[in-house]
Amino acid sequence: MTLLERTLAPPAPRTGLVVEDREGFLFRVARKAFTDLEVLEAERRAIFDRCWLYLGHGSEIADNGDYLTRSVGGRELVFNRDRGGAVHAFLNTCPHRGATLVREPRGNALSFQCFYHGWAFNVNGRFASRYAEGNYGEGHYSGGCADLIGVPRLEHYRDFYFITFDRNAASLADYLAGAKEIIDLVADQGEAGMEIVGGAQKYFIDANWKLLAENSVDGFHGLPTHTTYFDYLTNVGGLRPGKHPYPFREVTDLGNGHAVIEYPAPWGRPVARWTPAWGDDRREMIEARRAHLVQAFGEPRGLRMAELNRNMIIFPNLVINDIMAITVRTFFPLAPDRMAVSAWAMGVKDEDERLRALRLFNFLEFLGPGGLATPDDVEALESCQRGYRNQREAPWNDISKGMPRGAEAHTDDEEQMRCYWREWDRRIAQGGAA
Amino acid sequence: MIAASTLAKTSLAPATRADVEDFLYAEAALLDEWRLDEWFALFAPGAVYEVPTAGAPDDDDPARALFYIADDYVRLRERVVRLGKKEAHAEHPHSRLRRTISNVRILSASAAQLRVACNLVCYRAKNGKVDTYFGHCLYELDASGPQWRITAKRVVLDMDLLYPGKISILL
Repeated sequence: MTLLERTLAPPAPRTGLVVEDREGFLFRVARKAFTDLEVLEAERRAIFDRCWLYLGHGSEIADNGDYLTRSVGGRELVFNRDRGGAVHAFLNTCPHRGATLVREPRGNALSFQCFYHGWAFNVNGRFASRYAEGNYGEGHYSGGCADLIGVPRLEHYRDFYFITFDRNAASLADYLAGAKEIIDLVADQGEAGMEIVGGAQKYFIDANWKLLAENSVDGFHGLPTHTTYFDYLTNVGGLRPGKHPYPFREVTDLGNGHAVIEYPAPWGRPVARWTPAWGDDRREMIEARRAHLVQAFGEPRGLRMAELNRNMIIFPNLVINDIMAITVRTFFPLAPDRMAVSAWAMGVKDEDERLRALRLFNFLEFLGPGGLATPDDVEALESCQRGYRNQREAPWNDISKGMPRGAEAHTDDEEQMRCYWREWDRRIAQGGAA
Repeated sequence: MIAASTLAKTSLAPATRADVEDFLYAEAALLDEWRLDEWFALFAPGAVYEVPTAGAPDDDDPARALFYIADDYVRLRERVVRLGKKEAHAEHPHSRLRRTISNVRILSASAAQLRVACNLVCYRAKNGKVDTYFGHCLYELDASGPQWRITAKRVVLDMDLLYPGKISILL
């Protein structure tokens, strides 16, 4: 947009639920945005029907014929690789009368068959039943009306597959914008690529879904909420002061509502940052990985991958946190005050089994519903949601921290959340219209 | 309240299911009553405490698959220490707990080691909400000394999803 166009453009519509005063350094979000059923309906239309949404990782359907089922954006989907290796995302409903077609959570198949009336499909979605003449016209076999219905758009970046229900959406690459560079920092950690490791953690939180988006990139809550986690690290020798010898940005607006924080931290990182708690026998292995990253990507980028932690939110609901382990996490609203969360661990493909074991062990010390930290996050989110019962008299959240610092925000500021909320506000105000 | 002596088995006769039940019920009471240091004392050095993800097979391997909890002895001790602090926010104030242990089976028994299984239903009440955890537990017990010690405890949840959202308690 040129300066002239910007000047002539009407001011962007606003919902009134997000209020930013750049001069007064005040940024507030209405608690109604977390509690209101109409807001959730608006989100379904303006966000979940229109944004690129994370579906899954290619490694989860590694072999031809592999499939899995997944709920994404309020739809039930089949994510699969056909016999020729092409990847598909189908709506998991029989085109005949609507029954759920694939009822196993995952598997490998040459075809799908609906149990209700027996319609069958090739795993590329083509209707494969053949009935005696007189049952169906020829168009049923060749015209596509009996084929599985695919999601309108399926694209991937570095094996992260996304879908959108908006046929006219910009490309995934454009949508991801600056997030691509951060994905690269994760995807480049494995010479043979990265993979999802052994299953998902699936759980519900009785809180609005956006609370988890905020929490996942919130550096401010780390010490107060997770003090017992840092106590644990101290007690087991897991603390080693973090440092990064090159200048880096603590908070980066990645565009389109995506944002990342990067920071050195005192914990170990299985990718390439040893800590005394892991013992000398694993030190050599991890130091070798570190040296490899530096050799392959040069020192500034190699050490950035090894040393710096990154918490990234990709709008609206994908979190990739490359911290003491790598977690990929997505979540969807079931109601204004309830969300379904799916979280996975990501590791280096063909990883040494000792490193893999360490990665998983390290994941669980902080992350997930049984970790030493995440349960307190869940508690915090649910306590916020309970607090919003007071919203008529206490209507606003404050996420102003760091505003006087402008673009030079710190990790424990709230600029990354402001990036998210500006995009949320823009999309909700725009509505579901094209 | 239970006496610690309940946990001691003095007879040299082979363990009966009643012996195992006494042990498991006493363990359950320690957890329900938040007597976590005493509970941890039931574990032998080197013991493991594991909770695989919902739907995982009984013999899943935490070195290859993502679990909810896969603690070695040190991390289990730290988990207990953590739960004793008021900064363990999810459990302070403590939730109210009550568990039922049933269907106790001795899977194998030797003079030194017992492998036992039981069913578990655990209710957790807090903030006007009741969480239910249900599943089965697999134990390995060191029965060589006068007091049995847990060398491995695995709680396999028979839920398809983790409805409560977290496992902030000890199961």
